[in-house]
Amino acid sequence: MITGFILRALEGKIVVAVGILLAVAILVPALNLLTAPDSALHIPTYVMALMGKYLCYALLALALDLVWGYCGILSLGHGAFFALGGYAMGMYLMRQIGSRGVYGNPDLPDFMVFLNWKELPWFWYGFDMFPFAMAMVLIVPGLLAFVFGWFAFRSRVNGVYLSIITQAMTYALMLAFFRNDMGFGGNNGLTDFKDILGFQVQAGGTRAVLFAMSAIMLALCLIVASAITCSKFGKVLVGVRDAESRVRFLGFRVENIKLFTFVVSAMFAGIAGALFVPQVGIINPGEFAPANSIEVVVWTAVGGRGTLIGPIIGAILVNAGKSYFTGAFPEFWLFALGGLFIAVTLFLPKGIVGTIQHGWNARKALKAAAAAEKGRDAGAAPTAQQAQAAE
Amino acid sequence: MNTISETRTKSLLYLEDVSVSFDGFKAINSLSLVVEPGELRAIIGPNGAGKTTMMDIITGKTRPDTGKVIFEDTIDLTKKDEADIAQLGIGRKFQKPTVFESHTVWDNLELALNRSRGVFATLFYTLTAEDKARIEEILVTIRMTHRKNEYAANLSHGQKQWLEIGMLLAQEPKLLLVDEPVAGMTDAETAETAVLLREIAKTRSVVVVEHDMGFIRDLGVKVTCLAEGSVLAEGSIDFVSNDPKVIENYLGR
Repeated sequence: MITGFILRALEGKIVVAVGILLAVAILVPALNLLTAPDSALHIPTYVMALMGKYLCYALLALALDLVWGYCGILSLGHGAFFALGGYAMGMYLMRQIGSRGVYGNPDLPDFMVFLNWKELPWFWYGFDMFPFAMAMVLIVPGLLAFVFGWFAFRSRVNGVYLSIITQAMTYALMLAFFRNDMGFGGNNGLTDFKDILGFQVQAGGTRAVLFAMSAIMLALCLIVASAITCSKFGKVLVGVRDAESRVRFLGFRVENIKLFTFVVSAMFAGIAGALFVPQVGIINPGEFAPANSIEVVVWTAVGGRGTLIGPIIGAILVNAGKSYFTGAFPEFWLFALGGLFIAVTLFLPKGIVGTIQHGWNARKALKAAAAAEKGRDAGAAPTAQQAQAAE
Repeated sequence: MNTISETRTKSLLYLEDVSVSFDGFKAINSLSLVVEPGELRAIIGPNGAGKTTMMDIITGKTRPDTGKVIFEDTIDLTKKDEADIAQLGIGRKFQKPTVFESHTVWDNLELALNRSRGVFATLFYTLTAEDKARIEEILVTIRMTHRKNEYAANLSHGQKQWLEIGMLLAQEPKLLLVDEPVAGMTDAETAETAVLLREIAKTRSVVVVEHDMGFIRDLGVKVTCLAEGSVLAEGSIDFVSNDPKVIENYLGR
């Protein structure tokens, strides 16, 4: 049953994408660690860190594609799940600092000492254990998505209204996390990380492993997403997107279908956030900013929603563009992003990958039609002769 | 005369004194209606007579303000939602053909098939030989075997209507509610649809809402005429179309 579920996921494009990701997971760290800095093949550490960041964004875009591209839920708050996953990882990393902080308190992170707190708040318990923290990376975003989705989908909040309340959700979380007495470091967030699982976060080897993990997790999530979308459940999802009432009148519980997808997607986003934080070295409430979530929508739209591969390509391309633009013409980046979104909406409504796929299918259909035409001509000829013979 | 209790013991669908109003407008006004098992029933009536609202009430989309809606003598439909009612065995065809356009004809039928509809059941579903045979069978019934791999978006209007009827068949309903199945169809398609519906009605009850009097004559079944949210007349098409109230309210216009 499970093998069938996974095997179904492994159709052509996904296999290629997973293969590329695994090759990247091995090659990039190898070229970073094993080649001399002056070699032509050398990948500098800052480039690897940048690429690792893009892979995390790609996973976030994949998460959004699952709910938006397949289920038609335009979430403008996916950055919240990403940030929560990031905070869960950040809390683990903070606890690893131990007595090496500025104030040297073995239990309390620096900002708590600064706030004159005497003991660790209950919700920080357990985050010194890696497995617990990793479970929280999935559970916290998943739980928020579950509670949020439970109410929203049950009351049949749809379309623009749903988008607006997801946006409100991430905005509310941002305001909450900005407050010092929330216990998450206020507007400075969590930073100054020292080690992860006993390895120095900043060390070259650790960075290489984190990069490889980002590529591998992206590949894994891609397989899971593909397994979901290729199953009968995936077909129901597309049904919900295109004709929700039909799905309902066929006897499916649309709210459960949406809820499951929303929770899985939030967990993907949480994983992305958790991999992002040790690579950039900080998590702060700015990650909850509504604009971040909207940017994810742009990446997904550019790459092509409803294609799984598209959002990955979109996230990497747009962010590479962003890195270039913010270096070369910093004041023009937002105009470029806005222009890109408008251009894609007007000229490539299916996104890059969607358009390529569409063109490909159209060509195939054309060829098939031509072949059928030929077949019909060949088939028609004898009948004409028969007709003549009958005369 | 049958007493109500006698009628109820053999009814598939039983509506008694159902009323619903939207913002003070009485869309359905103490409507009573009984559909027997295996019956093919046509419902006619002018625009705004409450035909579609009645279907909304039966399928759980709209809750009545008052009245009883009972399925198979025992199940109170007013307490159930759309998914429950669909699973109980009431299928509904919309006025505008509603199929999954980005799926193939085959996938449309596969989704509609009466199997476990839970999240995990559908995630791990694999097509069995039995399900395959059933889909093939439906494809033959709706005359679409040759187009099974076509995307539903590429079908003609009439074919979409048939595909939707096929999806309802795949649901294995006990009662099928069909809203204007021949709207926008050519005469030939209309005649074929009448044949198709009569065939379907051999094994289950069908309620057809239609404006096309010729089509209803083709069906040759018991007709209920609705007006202003309640039943105006009921009987054979000739009986109903000669009723002075019906002529005044509907046919005469």
